[in-house]
Amino acid sequence: MSREWKTFGAFLAVFLVAYYLPLSNPSVQAAILEAFRMLQWYARNHTLACVVPALFIAGAITTFLSKEAVLRHLGPRAGKLEAYSVASVAGTVLAVCSCSVLPMFAGIYRVGAGLGPAATFLYSGPALNVLAIFLTARVLGFDLGLWRAVGAIGFGILAGVLMAVIFRRDEQARTAAMMQLPEPPPARRKMWQTALYFGAMMLFLVFSDWYHPGDVVLERTDGLRIQAVMLQETRDDVVVQLQQPAANLEAGDRIRIPKREIASIREVRSWVMEVYDRKWRLAGLMGLAVLLMVWKWFDRAEVAEWMRNTWEFTKLLVPLLFGGVFVVGFLSKLLPDEQIAAWVGTNDWTSTLVASVIGCLFYFATLTEIPILQALIEHGMAQGPALALLLAGPALSLPSILVIRSVLGVKKTAVFTCLVVVMATVAGYLYGNLVKGA
Amino acid sequence: MKIEILGTGCAKCNALLENTRKAVERLGLEDCTIVKIQDFNEIARRGVLVTPALLIDGAAKVVGRAATPAEIEGLLEEAAGG
Repeated sequence: MSREWKTFGAFLAVFLVAYYLPLSNPSVQAAILEAFRMLQWYARNHTLACVVPALFIAGAITTFLSKEAVLRHLGPRAGKLEAYSVASVAGTVLAVCSCSVLPMFAGIYRVGAGLGPAATFLYSGPALNVLAIFLTARVLGFDLGLWRAVGAIGFGILAGVLMAVIFRRDEQARTAAMMQLPEPPPARRKMWQTALYFGAMMLFLVFSDWYHPGDVVLERTDGLRIQAVMLQETRDDVVVQLQQPAANLEAGDRIRIPKREIASIREVRSWVMEVYDRKWRLAGLMGLAVLLMVWKWFDRAEVAEWMRNTWEFTKLLVPLLFGGVFVVGFLSKLLPDEQIAAWVGTNDWTSTLVASVIGCLFYFATLTEIPILQALIEHGMAQGPALALLLAGPALSLPSILVIRSVLGVKKTAVFTCLVVVMATVAGYLYGNLVKGA
Repeated sequence: MKIEILGTGCAKCNALLENTRKAVERLGLEDCTIVKIQDFNEIARRGVLVTPALLIDGAAKVVGRAATPAEIEGLLEEAAGG
């Protein structure tokens, strides 16, 4: 379909929504309000501290890190250990945009290290881009962000090795083609300079994203004291999850309190809070270091190229992310809580399996898995199924399964799909019951 | 001369195709065909892992980025001369 037709389709969709939206219906009104509320929450809390710096890092990765150097380790003569370990973490450098994962997967399979490492890369690659990891940790909680990365790497290797073992007799006549990689451009800087530059940028993101434990003691104007974790704050109200029962509320309940009903909020101190209080000074320091290095070590053309690549990503990702947030905010108000709780509300095998099968078939545009999961968790989805969905979601979708089939054939694709579902289910189950269930 | 543009339809791939067309036009190359290849298997068969890519007579000249028309002109002249 040509681009013009797509644009026309988008116009038509907006028109039909505008034409038919039943504005007098109270639940639609609530949904519209929720859509803007969620958009504001992302705009206020995540955009400047997380999305913007991560876009600059993504731009820097494409500009200054050599894909060729990474792909060399995935060539036909790469050792097994080398190929699997590089494939499992290569996503951070290679998969800055998920649209590039499939062609690289096909290449690694056909002319590179073969089926196993290709499968590993396909599984872990999409989950490992900088923005996805940091945004997951920020929006969905530090634990889910960490285990998403750990699960993607660990289970990616396992999925790859299993694929290679299952189809070991099947090592097909490889295409005779050579891997065509142009010589990487001569290094402009010493390795340690590049490392320092990326290190400082990453630390900037770590500090600017520093985790606010959110443990607060909140006093309402009617005198009720609540010990809770702060989940969300907008201009007019806050959402908290109770840690201790208070009045008629139970521990674990989520409530929304308008700010005018709050007398005081006191934070509970810890070292995490100490760093949190200084996070902008620390991040600022890193920012200055980055600027200094750019000024000393980079020439003008390189910086221009970096900015151009950053802008390319921005154009690609920002509409997806914020459009996704808005739409999810709207739809989430119309979701029936009981249904979600019934399907994916607990950490048992059924819930986790349901979540990973859905994740496997459903297509998540880059990054939209985060607001979608946020809405589902707010409506009662448990942590285990959430991780299962995060692991299976970006790795596979119905459209990508069709493409993979054209590369691998029906049998291997079916086995790979089953492996992804099984691994995501097991990972989610373990996480839900061992890490979170204590 | 056979020019192949490998890409899966992303913005950069289209930019590379456009720039190549411009370069060919400016050089006034007569006997040269530009083919666009979008199929993953075909791309992999040519040994290219990172799209977009520009191949001249089967050899990868540009991989993973959209080269400028001026750069492509240089590559085409080099290929025609050598």
